[in-house]
Amino acid sequence: MTITQVLKFDTKCDVKLIDARGPRFGAILTAIVLAAILASASLPLLIWQLSVFAIGAFVGPQATPYAWIYRTFVKPRLRGDVPTEDTRPPQFAQVVGFLFALTATVALILEASLVFDVAIGFALAAAFLNAAFNFCLGCEMYLLIARAQGAVSQRKNREDSYNLPSL
Amino acid sequence: MDNYLPILIVLTLASAYGFWYQRSRGTVKVKSSTKTAITPSDIGGELGSRVTLVQFSSTFCTPCRATRALLTDITADLDDVKHIDIDAEKNLDLVRRLDIRSTPTTLVIDKSGVEVGRAVGAPKRAEVLATLSAIK
Repeated sequence: MTITQVLKFDTKCDVKLIDARGPRFGAILTAIVLAAILASASLPLLIWQLSVFAIGAFVGPQATPYAWIYRTFVKPRLRGDVPTEDTRPPQFAQVVGFLFALTATVALILEASLVFDVAIGFALAAAFLNAAFNFCLGCEMYLLIARAQGAVSQRKNREDSYNLPSL
Repeated sequence: MDNYLPILIVLTLASAYGFWYQRSRGTVKVKSSTKTAITPSDIGGELGSRVTLVQFSSTFCTPCRATRALLTDITADLDDVKHIDIDAEKNLDLVRRLDIRSTPTTLVIDKSGVEVGRAVGAPKRAEVLATLSAIK
């Protein structure tokens, strides 16, 4: 059983669809691992999760070890319709997770324990919300980021125009 | 020595947010806003003759697809109701003016362009139908 069997390509736009239960199962494992990291402050475990996030963020959510566990052990036991989703929303969540895990790794090495706790805490909250409540991180965060970025570039443009010599 | 207190704090706060999230997402809230009406040029097309459902979507949004399918399906049988899907990221000025914070957000617009309802998250079919039937 390979993931390509559940991949479908939308003919209207070139969007890659995967089994939506895969990323949610991955979120359960991610939440457990992040909880263990938060409790133990274990660097090897954190580097493992950082690597998983990196694969999810830069290759795709269907390429992580957690997705492999889902395909191999969980999916064959599931029945019913396969709910599909675009790969981009879970990939966005993996990018956010990667950034938090990277911050936490640097903080752990520099022994900044508060930064470590906050970074892992946010990542754990997001993974737990995804697993338990089907929380869509991209839905809630992406537009706010785009709005903030737009506001910054608008202000920059205004500042640039202030600096223009008046004719 | 393992410390379990941070886990407890995070999971408690996240659960509280999660329950709020699950309750608030997808419900159509009736609004009586007196803000500036939405014009055809805002949404890049004519308004529906009775109601327009203006959906804001973004790339990293799973429920946007389901919302699009649902609203397309509902409006297919209704000549006087129009569904328009707008890419929020490409229309940031409109997004700011209408205070759209997350996707999918669906605005229920009456024939004069006034917002009469708003659903954040994938709306439920029965609720959309009830909202539509209440608008003249």
